Amino acid sequence: MSLTVQETKARNKEMIDEVLKVYPEKTAKRRAKHLGTFEEGKPDCGVKSNIKSVPGVMTIRGCAYAGSKGVVWGPIKDMIHISHGPVGCGQYSWAARRNYYIGTTGIDTFVTMQFTSDFQEKDIVFGGDKKLEKIMDEIQVLFPLNHGITVQSECPIGLIGDDIEAVSKKKSKEYNGKTIVPVRCEGFRGVSQSLGHHIANDTIRDWVFDKMGDKPATFASSPYDVAIIGDYNIGGDAWSSRILLEEMGLRVIAQWSGDGSLAELENTPKAKLNVLHCYRSMNYISRHMEEKYGIPWVEYNFFGPSKIEASLREIASHFDDKIKEGAERVIAKYKPMMQAVVDKYKPRLAGKKVMLFVGGLRPRHVIGAYEDLGMDVVGTGYEFGHNDDYQRTTHYVKDGTLIYDDVTGYEFEKFVEAVQPDLVGSGIKEKYVFQKMGVPFRQMHSWDYSGPYHGYDGFAIFARDMDMAINNPVWGLTKAPWK
Amino acid sequence: MSQNTDNVIDHFNLFRSPEYVEMFENKKKNFENPETVEKVEEIREWTKTWEYREKNFARDSLTVNPAKACQPLGAVFAAVGFESTLPFVHGSQGCVAYYRSHFSRHFKEPSSCVSSSMTEDAAVFGGLNNMIDGLANAYNMYKPKMIAVSTTCMAEVIGDDLNAFIKSSKEKGSVPVEFDVPFAHTPAFVGSHITGYDNTLKGIIEHFWDGKAGTVPAEVRAPNGSINFIGGFDGYTVGNMREIKRIFGLMGIDYTILADNSDVWDTPADGEFRMYDGGTTLEQARLALNAKATISMQEYCTEKTMKFIETKEHDVANFNHPVGVAATDKFLMEVARLTGKTVPAELEKERGRLVDAIADSSAHIHGKKFAIYGDPDMCMGLAGFLMELGAEPVHVLATNGSKDWAVKMQALFDSSPFGKNCHAYAGKDLWHMRSLLFTEPVDFLIGNTYGKYLERDTGTPLIRIGFPIFDRHHHHRYPVWGYQGAMNVLVWILDKIFDEMDKNTIVPAKTDYSYDIIR
Repeated sequence: MSLTVQETKARNKEMIDEVLKVYPEKTAKRRAKHLGTFEEGKPDCGVKSNIKSVPGVMTIRGCAYAGSKGVVWGPIKDMIHISHGPVGCGQYSWAARRNYYIGTTGIDTFVTMQFTSDFQEKDIVFGGDKKLEKIMDEIQVLFPLNHGITVQSECPIGLIGDDIEAVSKKKSKEYNGKTIVPVRCEGFRGVSQSLGHHIANDTIRDWVFDKMGDKPATFASSPYDVAIIGDYNIGGDAWSSRILLEEMGLRVIAQWSGDGSLAELENTPKAKLNVLHCYRSMNYISRHMEEKYGIPWVEYNFFGPSKIEASLREIASHFDDKIKEGAERVIAKYKPMMQAVVDKYKPRLAGKKVMLFVGGLRPRHVIGAYEDLGMDVVGTGYEFGHNDDYQRTTHYVKDGTLIYDDVTGYEFEKFVEAVQPDLVGSGIKEKYVFQKMGVPFRQMHSWDYSGPYHGYDGFAIFARDMDMAINNPVWGLTKAPWK
Repeated sequence: MSQNTDNVIDHFNLFRSPEYVEMFENKKKNFENPETVEKVEEIREWTKTWEYREKNFARDSLTVNPAKACQPLGAVFAAVGFESTLPFVHGSQGCVAYYRSHFSRHFKEPSSCVSSSMTEDAAVFGGLNNMIDGLANAYNMYKPKMIAVSTTCMAEVIGDDLNAFIKSSKEKGSVPVEFDVPFAHTPAFVGSHITGYDNTLKGIIEHFWDGKAGTVPAEVRAPNGSINFIGGFDGYTVGNMREIKRIFGLMGIDYTILADNSDVWDTPADGEFRMYDGGTTLEQARLALNAKATISMQEYCTEKTMKFIETKEHDVANFNHPVGVAATDKFLMEVARLTGKTVPAELEKERGRLVDAIADSSAHIHGKKFAIYGDPDMCMGLAGFLMELGAEPVHVLATNGSKDWAVKMQALFDSSPFGKNCHAYAGKDLWHMRSLLFTEPVDFLIGNTYGKYLERDTGTPLIRIGFPIFDRHHHHRYPVWGYQGAMNVLVWILDKIFDEMDKNTIVPAKTDYSYDIIR
């Protein structure tokens, strides 16, 4: 039984009123602003965002360190990223995000390693700058092929007044201008991962770009040079994207930051166009490059054939006919394969309802891919989106879509109970909650250890995975037959 | 690449196709400013040398790939072992997201925990308001019977006083005055996750026994015949707790498990999400004061807790994660002594079966060299079992092991001829282990999931026993304690040994004469 849009809106309001009842008055007031229904024609989704999480509610959000080390800097493969502070932050984020890369780990690449200053009480009391210096010396001895170092600050660093900038400058000088980047991404800064992205972007500007000066490019420029910005190569996403850009005749001179390298960061100001996938985490540096180097940037979406097609054309529109033709050629080449995927999976998935709660770009970007399979996204929300994300979301969602910003564990559970979607797409912390409830689930941060999901190759995998989640025979077994 | 809908290929095979391989090569050559193949090879070889090992062991500031986590992780582990208890970690919220993810990845279960979500303003003014609001919200939303508070390093650095904050919160009406809010300071820059377990468990017990932070009179001990059992931070808690309950049931013992998280991390998929399930009831926690004895399975997880319990005139017995025949014998005899019960025939039969299994298989294990890393107690338990099997635990490493632990390890080595050339490494990490495996190779490595990187680099086959295990499923449901548990460990070790034998003999017409059908 499907509801009309008006009925859906009424039900949403009822659900929201119901969940708000559980909160103390002050909290109910605060949370009410983050919950709503998208109304067709409105410029945003009608919810507040990028505001402090309420204490004690079980927010799904992380912190600025997660945004910097876990997202922006961590995947840069030939640099060593020190988790500076106590052992935990680096331990829990160690190799957990599936930023694929190619290299000899521990020798010329270091992504899936956990480097930490493992702060002890004496470091808190006396400061950690001396230790940090020593750490950099030890890195130089034991990992001589590292191309640079970043210092990813954990909470205590900003609280005890350490001067990581001074240490970084001093050591950079000592090591002949080595790139050493201090990042003030202490976990208590800001309200979520988001500020960590911004801070990390700014450090690339200040400690990579500004340091380069007018250093010439290490490669001969071409008119078709682009950089992929905001793809973390989860399960190989950036690779299945890059291959399409190259097939249409572009040359990808850098990947930010999945499978990326310091040289690629340094290459980027030579790009003719920056193509931006995750707007949320890397719009800052894209804007900066536009202002400082005059590089235009364009957002794209490589989830599902409809959006890929539109994006390839949009990207091509910034270039000459050769590239435009290239885009058409690529679209035509993959069309039969995409049709085959849709033909196979759409009959199994059409009409299925999906609820999402994810970070970055995905709460909106994956909607098209679901729609290509005939599925319906009936609720979505951002872990750490800003209003500009919710504005962009209006181009994706239908009238009456339930919107929940920085959803709490309680709210998400209640919404899913009431809406009864056929699939929930969210993170590891949510996965098992919903599976216990008998609701099919896919992790939409890690692709549930599958992927890639980007590009044409990725869509086939995406479709297969959604099918295997929803049409898993286990969901017929959750009730004992004698009950 | 063109996907075929009959057989969609993902990251495992997709990127091996020629167009992707070529793309990778071009990317590297043109844009990555790569090191030369020769240089990479030269350094890779150098890292295998004794020279590198010496430099590696000379570092005193950098930690690389440690085998330990931070205190609040252990705090959450202990807290969810109590009935309907919500762990509340006071400090930055990102930490809690990490603990929850970490446990969910290991147990494949939901892991509920809240944060007081402190930000910059709390860093300046303190987190009292976060505590007041946080307790009120958590109490109303998640209807816990108890909220167990611990701290992240942020709250510790700025010096928030949990006792005072909780009192103030109660005065402000966040939770009823009589509602149980035990607490423990768990600074991440002291000890490790096992310290956090210890502090939190002690905090909870102290709360119930010693008058709830001065708000009610202390309990008066009225000794009875029961015993308390504490498992410690244990990745096998689901399987182990159930095994211990079975054993105690067979022995007819009146017991209380303090912090029993075996149900909350093993809930059924029957259509209902249980945020809370099972656990030590609050009443049991209170009455545990009256027990005649308390047993800890992991001494280094419970140093402060056991010291505190000793002051309550309990007989105490500390073990080091006992695994194997002799260790289980010792455990059962101690339990029998403390309770006045006898070891039943059924357990004796299980013992015999384990001994039988060892006799059947020991030829394949005898003389094999092992490296082990993990939490200090587990290292001892496993090393003891290996020596019992006639194997040599050559390198035993605990990043969170103390000097005292290393001394105890040495004594364990000294107790057996198979410990003769074995060495304990306290405070070292897995990059140290890498050097050890290159310079003094062993046949097998025992450790958690991160050991797979060592397996890749050094070729030492990894037997996954420890925490966390992210890349194999459901082993945490099996016990490693008791004779049955030792049987599981024996089988895991043997499976790997046989798999390796087959792998090493599988080449047709070259080695497959030894690819035996009977082993």
